[in-house]
Amino acid sequence: MCCVSSRDSARHRGHEEHRGKTSLSMTLPVSQPNRQTGAPAVRIVDLCRHYQMGEALIPAVDGVSLQIQSGEFVALLGSSGSGKSSLLNLIAGLDRPTSGAVIVEDRDLAQLSREELAKHRLRTVGMVFQSFNLVSRMTLAENVDLPLRFAEVDRSQRQALTRQALERVGLSARMSHRPSELSGGEQQRAALARALINQPKLLLADEPTGNLDSHTGTEIMNFIREFNQSLGMTIVMVTHERALAERYARRMILLADGKLVDDRPNSAVSASLQEEQQ
Amino acid sequence: MKTYDLSELALRNLRESSLRNSLTTIGISVGVASLVAMLSLGIGLQKLATRHLAKSGLFDTVVVTSRRELRGFNREDQPSTASAAESRTLDEPARQEIERLPNVLEAYPDIRFITELSYQDKTHLTMVSGIPDSARSNDAFTGIPGSFFSSETAPEVILQKSFALELLGKTPPPGHEDDVPVSDLAKPLLGKELTMHYAQRVSAPESAAENTAATSGASTESDAAYSVVSREQKLKIVGISDLDPDSMRGAARARVFLPLKLAQDLRVMQPSDVRDSMRGFGKQPSYSTVSVRVRNPKNVEEVEQAIKKLGFNTFSILDATRSLRQFFAVLDLFLGIFGSLALAVASIGIVNTLVMAILERRREIGIMKAIGASDSDVKKLFFAEAGAMGLLGGVVGVMLGWAIGHVINLGTNIYLRRQALPPESFWSVPWWLVGAAIIFAFIVSLVSGLYPAARAARLDPVQALRYE
Repeated sequence: MCCVSSRDSARHRGHEEHRGKTSLSMTLPVSQPNRQTGAPAVRIVDLCRHYQMGEALIPAVDGVSLQIQSGEFVALLGSSGSGKSSLLNLIAGLDRPTSGAVIVEDRDLAQLSREELAKHRLRTVGMVFQSFNLVSRMTLAENVDLPLRFAEVDRSQRQALTRQALERVGLSARMSHRPSELSGGEQQRAALARALINQPKLLLADEPTGNLDSHTGTEIMNFIREFNQSLGMTIVMVTHERALAERYARRMILLADGKLVDDRPNSAVSASLQEEQQ
Repeated sequence: MKTYDLSELALRNLRESSLRNSLTTIGISVGVASLVAMLSLGIGLQKLATRHLAKSGLFDTVVVTSRRELRGFNREDQPSTASAAESRTLDEPARQEIERLPNVLEAYPDIRFITELSYQDKTHLTMVSGIPDSARSNDAFTGIPGSFFSSETAPEVILQKSFALELLGKTPPPGHEDDVPVSDLAKPLLGKELTMHYAQRVSAPESAAENTAATSGASTESDAAYSVVSREQKLKIVGISDLDPDSMRGAARARVFLPLKLAQDLRVMQPSDVRDSMRGFGKQPSYSTVSVRVRNPKNVEEVEQAIKKLGFNTFSILDATRSLRQFFAVLDLFLGIFGSLALAVASIGIVNTLVMAILERRREIGIMKAIGASDSDVKKLFFAEAGAMGLLGGVVGVMLGWAIGHVINLGTNIYLRRQALPPESFWSVPWWLVGAAIIFAFIVSLVSGLYPAARAARLDPVQALRYE
């Protein structure tokens, strides 16, 4: 089983070594994301998620340990079946680990009830998917408004927040359109607006540009980067496109067969950010 | 999720699959309509029976007798005399006292006697009874060929059908009396005259009474003396009653009816007169029975108790009304069960629709869970959809049931009219049934939604999101 700590955490390393697990290289300098607070937004400890497929046991996530600081922009890279989406689902609280811990905002998701996990998905994380996952029977406004309904926000407040979120992604003119009437890029922008609406601290994006052409993909990625930079939102993005990760993420984590095989800062992005800040 | 958001989303979802949801709602409507129709029929029939029985005067009548009367006949094992408290005479002051009791509409003496009536030189022996003017609203006398008595003292007579048949010499074999329409009997009899031969009680002059007492050597109970004089009275036939208004009297039932006041004025010798003369009760004739009409059948028991306290015996057929209520309660129960069968089938339709909706909306449920919907939010949403279908189905079903009832009522009345029978209302949809049917449909729908809602809530969001 392979466990890697993204941070130079002696405690974690000690823990992992104590359990006889291989620790991969941590020699690369830690990335310094914009508005990074230093407090870990996500802490994953020896996380395993195994699926039983008939008689075979599939280790989708196999002993992963890492920390993601608040405000970081992390790309989870890996080939198909490497376990990156499974890891993302565990951080989102959509799935439960077989063992280990996923600690978000000082709460171990493995210990939460179904209702508490729903609250975590509602308040703490926002999700964007490759296939947009908008409710096809609802208009854009209704789709964006949906998390606010679950959060029991008053109707009058909801309308204002929905408009604001759609304006932010440039879709205020398409509020009453159904997803099928929009392009892929517009649908993904609407999904971004929906993910933003409850002002989560963590944005989880599962192949957000996977169904988009490169131009539209860039547009979406620019939005995501903007949320990271201007709102200080922590971003965890799953992608199999290394170029995309290198262009936007400040840290790249590579998964293979459910194990963390590499974790390094993206120095080019960090440098350009530093330049921008200067 | 807030209630109005939940309702809005549920209605929206129902609108989206309008055809399937409409069909399911129609299924519920048919179920509710069948339930409402069945129960309305039961309630309508009960009302009809109660109305007719109330009009028959059987259920709001208390028959009062003197306690001494009952001890007199074939009760050798019981003392033949009653104590002073038990032996009140059922005479005019007693009748007036009874009439003053609360909830008593009227108390009238039961004048009945066996006598001979002549019609076209033939003599017929039968029981004759005096009936009060209030009996004109009685079922037996409404809508009869001819009319009710023109006044309380008019020398007029109403015949029961069987006696009319006898007068015309048309006596059909037993059990076939109904084959002859009463209108056929009315034609030859209405307006014709009958001669009634009767024995009149005439008070003897005081002196004669004294002589009688002296010769008998008895005490001075001279005022019990009277003469019996044979009389004749011409009576005009004004109506023929198809029903048997006096049926509760059994063997003593009358077949010829006179105005009560006329019967009283005729002072026809009553069987009780003989007993009065033996007991020497006084100058005032006593009544063998007094009929008491109460305001409502519900008051019968209370009036009976009050009359018993006055020292009389009472009889009513209250127990028969209880049995009738019991019968209709059982009938309503069975009709309700049969009516509910369709609703039970409809509830399976709800389960089917919602399970189909879960399959169709699997991904949507996954999306909702991914963006923060809790299990209870999803469960409530499916519950709300089931409830909305139930509520709508209930409302439409009640209207449908009402319409079906109306149409059947209309059809039945057309048939009755063709059969020369008076129209009747067999259908009754009380407000409580409207409310209860809608609530029942709502509850059945919610129960039907239990399984689909639980299944939707249990859906694994990761699996649901993978679903295409």
